[in-house]
Amino acid sequence: MVLKKRDVAIVGIGSTSFGEHWETGLKELVAEAGFAAADDAGIRGKDIELVVVGNMSGGRFVGQEHVAALMADHLGLNPTPAVRVEAACASGGVALREGYMAVASGFYDLVAVGGVEKMTDIYGSGATSALAGAMDFEWEAYFGTTFAGIYALIAQRYMHEYGLTREQLAKVAVKNHYHASFNPLAHFQNRIKVEDVLTSRLVADPLRLLDCSPISDGAACVLLAPAEDARKYTDTPIIIEATKQASGTLSLFMRKNICTIEATTEAANQAFKDAGMSRKDIDVIEVHDCFTISEILSLEDLGFCEKGKGGKLYDDGQTYSDGDLPVNTDGGLKASGHPVGATGVKQIVELVKQLRGEAEKGRQVKGAEIGLAHNLGGSGATVVVTILRRGD
Amino acid sequence: MSFLGVPSHWRRYKERYRLMGSRCLNCGNVFFPPTKVCPNCRREGRLEDLEFSGKGKVHSFTIIRFAPEGFTEYAPYAIGLIKLDEGPSAISQIVDCGFEDIHIDMPVEACFRKLMAQGKDGIICYGFKFRPANDSWKKP
Repeated sequence: MVLKKRDVAIVGIGSTSFGEHWETGLKELVAEAGFAAADDAGIRGKDIELVVVGNMSGGRFVGQEHVAALMADHLGLNPTPAVRVEAACASGGVALREGYMAVASGFYDLVAVGGVEKMTDIYGSGATSALAGAMDFEWEAYFGTTFAGIYALIAQRYMHEYGLTREQLAKVAVKNHYHASFNPLAHFQNRIKVEDVLTSRLVADPLRLLDCSPISDGAACVLLAPAEDARKYTDTPIIIEATKQASGTLSLFMRKNICTIEATTEAANQAFKDAGMSRKDIDVIEVHDCFTISEILSLEDLGFCEKGKGGKLYDDGQTYSDGDLPVNTDGGLKASGHPVGATGVKQIVELVKQLRGEAEKGRQVKGAEIGLAHNLGGSGATVVVTILRRGD
Repeated sequence: MSFLGVPSHWRRYKERYRLMGSRCLNCGNVFFPPTKVCPNCRREGRLEDLEFSGKGKVHSFTIIRFAPEGFTEYAPYAIGLIKLDEGPSAISQIVDCGFEDIHIDMPVEACFRKLMAQGKDGIICYGFKFRPANDSWKKP
């Protein structure tokens, strides 16, 4: 049986700023993002038929599970059904895809997809341990590996095989901080230089502090409706042309090649096929740069450049918002911040801003019509690739 | 952090103390850590235990400067992704040498070591680590 899919549009967006929100708890973060999205679409809470929340580890970060029902309850949405989605750092991307399917299938006509993480209520080593749960606990974390350590293993090998330089890696962070300097919601809005990255503290050699995305608090929300209804809510609906998900090995050491993330390639190929588009059609890209090496690896695995050549994209300005291949125009995970469960949804919020032409001056990609988001969980066990197009 | 209890460690001791993996008698592929399901043969697969030699080469490495809970007192320490001679890989710490001695393709061998202690009264966790092979680690 082949079901007829409905086209799905994003009709409202909202996001908190990302950063250390000591005065704000998990519930309040979601409320802020949710109400912003509702205002954006001009809807009331009672219009929402389903809530999907991406959240990696409320239990480890704030001692709270049962996060979805808590959200519905706190937002006054009872008895609306609410579902939590967990896929480590890809929780938000998977939540978006689940919400998409709920609308595309015809089950619901208005779905709120949220993402949230409140990470700064516990101390640094506790957050490091919680994040380590995204890798294979028994065979990676048990032996003392950290998340930065896993990406450092990738970076070390990649530099050995392809001659990527430390400076090229640093330029990823420099570019992302530059974009974030125009983004009032970004965790870090300061510009940095290559020397700043190269002299920052080592975290896991060869990765330094300024190669790593920060531990952030934040929430983001988007509202999904059938494309045929979208004009009720917005003048500029953004159509979800494709959203595809793929799985890979949880353990890095089980990969045939640690310099590539196969799930990224798989999800991207499926998404481009589904959307009937090619790489050249994409005007703006959000990639999962949890560490600088990940941005380079992801651009290659998504098919935007040949394997091993990713570093060269940073020798000139082509990944900046005014370049040929604008990447992470909000500052990416590195500078915009990385509240893990929120990140995949925030990437969508950013693309919608770009495609509506509502991003701040200095980081708006001129005339952007089609965008791609790449959200990755763990070291590549879950990948979601989503392609958005501005509705006519 | 709440540490895991005794059974979670006990059920893995063969793998973590002696690098016990498995081999599929149907396709001949070897696995570490051992699997109950051969990913190639699935239900046709027949798996038996296989003790690995512990010998291998450094495929990649890093130095952990910011450690997770339970490991903070040992930082900095080296972590290696080791390509084992039998084919599969494993991740653990590289010990008995200076950080500057570690390089890609360095031959290593497994050794049995303490990994961490769960506080003063808790379980002491053990497992394999890797050290330079060829006895070069021995100080006179």
